[in-house]
Amino acid sequence: MQRQATQGVDRRRFLAGAGTAALVISGAAVIHTGEAWGLEVKNLKPETMRTLIKMARDIYPHDRLADRFYAVAMKSYDEKAGTDAAAKAMVEQGVAAIDTLARAKHGAGYADLGWETERVGLLRQMQGDAFFQNVRGGLIVSLYNNKEIWPLFGYEGESASKGGYIERGFNDIAWL
Amino acid sequence: MAAKYELNDDSVVVIVGSGAGGGTLGNELAQKGIKVVILEAGKRHEMEDFLNDEWASFSQLAWTDMRTTSGSWRVHRDFANLPAWIVKSVGGSTVHWAGASLRLQEHEFKTRTAYGAIAGANLLDWPLTLKELEPYYAKAEDKMGVTRTNDIPGLPGNNNYKVLASGAAKRGYKEFHTGRMAINSKPRDGRGSCQQIGFCFQGCKTGAKWSTLYVDIPKGEATGKLEVRPESHVAKIEHDAAGKVTGVVYFDKEGKEQRQKARAVCVAGNSLETPRLLLLSQSAKFPDGLANSSGQVGRNYMRHMTGSVYAVFDRPVRMWRGTTMAGIVQDESVNDPKRGFVGGYEMETLSIGLPFMAAFLDPGAWGREFTSALDGYENMAGMWLVGEDMPQETNRITLDPKAKDKRGLPVASVHFDDHPNDVAMRAHAHKAGSALYDAVGAVRTFPTPPYPSTHNLGTCRMSANPRDGVCNKFGQTHDIKNLFISDGSQFTTGGAENPTLTIVTLAIRQAEHIADLMAKNTI
Repeated sequence: MQRQATQGVDRRRFLAGAGTAALVISGAAVIHTGEAWGLEVKNLKPETMRTLIKMARDIYPHDRLADRFYAVAMKSYDEKAGTDAAAKAMVEQGVAAIDTLARAKHGAGYADLGWETERVGLLRQMQGDAFFQNVRGGLIVSLYNNKEIWPLFGYEGESASKGGYIERGFNDIAWL
Repeated sequence: MAAKYELNDDSVVVIVGSGAGGGTLGNELAQKGIKVVILEAGKRHEMEDFLNDEWASFSQLAWTDMRTTSGSWRVHRDFANLPAWIVKSVGGSTVHWAGASLRLQEHEFKTRTAYGAIAGANLLDWPLTLKELEPYYAKAEDKMGVTRTNDIPGLPGNNNYKVLASGAAKRGYKEFHTGRMAINSKPRDGRGSCQQIGFCFQGCKTGAKWSTLYVDIPKGEATGKLEVRPESHVAKIEHDAAGKVTGVVYFDKEGKEQRQKARAVCVAGNSLETPRLLLLSQSAKFPDGLANSSGQVGRNYMRHMTGSVYAVFDRPVRMWRGTTMAGIVQDESVNDPKRGFVGGYEMETLSIGLPFMAAFLDPGAWGREFTSALDGYENMAGMWLVGEDMPQETNRITLDPKAKDKRGLPVASVHFDDHPNDVAMRAHAHKAGSALYDAVGAVRTFPTPPYPSTHNLGTCRMSANPRDGVCNKFGQTHDIKNLFISDGSQFTTGGAENPTLTIVTLAIRQAEHIADLMAKNTI
């Protein structure tokens, strides 16, 4: 994919390819070439899931978090789409709408835009929509309540089983 | 051995709710040999069930039944169906509370006199003085084991407190320390000392923090006079032709309707459910709801002026380690109208974990401005600002005309507009809090908006004149002699202080009064 893009045609496609080289579609899965994982998409279009993952990072961008945390946070949309036709329609239509906006303004789909500023500009345009609010509102729990990301922020989580912090630095601040 | 009473036993006192008001009252009455049934809407989760996990604990403990909101307060926009963050579980919000135990100040019992007439505020002096309450405050502090009272030492300060104290000293504040906390700093009353676990809001897993769940309720049950029925949601209080209450209708854990007879009924369902229950109990004789001849049931809803300031430093703080509310600055709690508002506010350390920080720092915000704040989580310190808000008649709990709960009962609808005095106080507090952290070298500060209300007060307020309020200075309703208000709904005004100690104090005093009335056979 990366090689194809560099051999590819115009500058726009080159830039677009370079920006999203890590997340590619293969069959019914979203594959992350850099992080070496794949996410099988059962009910949504795989392209839709790829865009959702990109959106998730753009909404709550943390450079210290790998893409897989955003993918895990968005997985439930695919699961829900399997049992809830209205939820599926909302996501497919929402992603189609943002892709239409992206093409009109920048000449490529949302996930293929190379600059975060361009994508975030589009999100700002739609931040009042139910689709955006649904994704943002879900993410605030599904992303930050993933215990695997807590250590990356220094947060230590549960402490009762370790005897609390009475002997483990509750008052160890040294720089004051 | 806990008591077990018959549904048709009309000699029992029924208490609705088992928190700071109801749980305390139940034990106090039982200690005097009075037969008590506590009906609690929530389940009985014990100490070992508590979870050091914010969202999981929220699902376990919080009152998440539907409520609706309106008004200019930001909670309406951010948490439209969650106006209050309170507990539905045996022990009520004493499971969740932080433990701060402060007496109201003398002038806060007579705000109409002290502050004068404030446009739009329905200020009223309490029918009580600090002097009258002092002996009961002393009993409450002893019962709860409040630090810095009864020769109990203060808790040790954690990292979050050390940042607060350092900033307070640099700003010239004088009154700051690790608080008056109902958290054991050394073993007392059969409970151990604080292990600095954190997660005070999720239920204390060692019992170092006072809660009716594992202090008052078991003591009451041990008398053989107290029965607690969990998962019992009271839907209506019934009365006879003479207008005396005769018992309550409730839904048991199977959703089956039951009727418990009673000699007296004490309502302690927190300031949203207490007025809701009185309004739901309307009848031909009382078409506006019980005890509502004044029209004040549900009105003068107060939630304290609240806000937070979080600050990011260039080095780690790890504020989540240890007591959630680990210290206090009290200099701003005085009434000094020169600041541009009446009443005062307390500055109290607060920490929330990463999951709740994401949800509460700036609800609805997204993008790098927001996430860069969370990137600094490990280097954050935080404080909660809690001050007196103005009672307003139009801030009120009503029955929602459309939304119903799973039993078909109208839900509580909460209307709240900030009073200009609340807005001015919050602006001052946000500025003072930020200045405190700036003095310690904060890189960024975040003036954070109010969370869903934890201090719900004043919707059945006490008044000297029956025209002005719902109950008298003992919480006995003006209209119905054997109906009592036993929670924070009684508060005539809110004061600046965390309300639990005062709720417990009023419950101890009310128990004495009820026992006295029963002995004299006047109820």
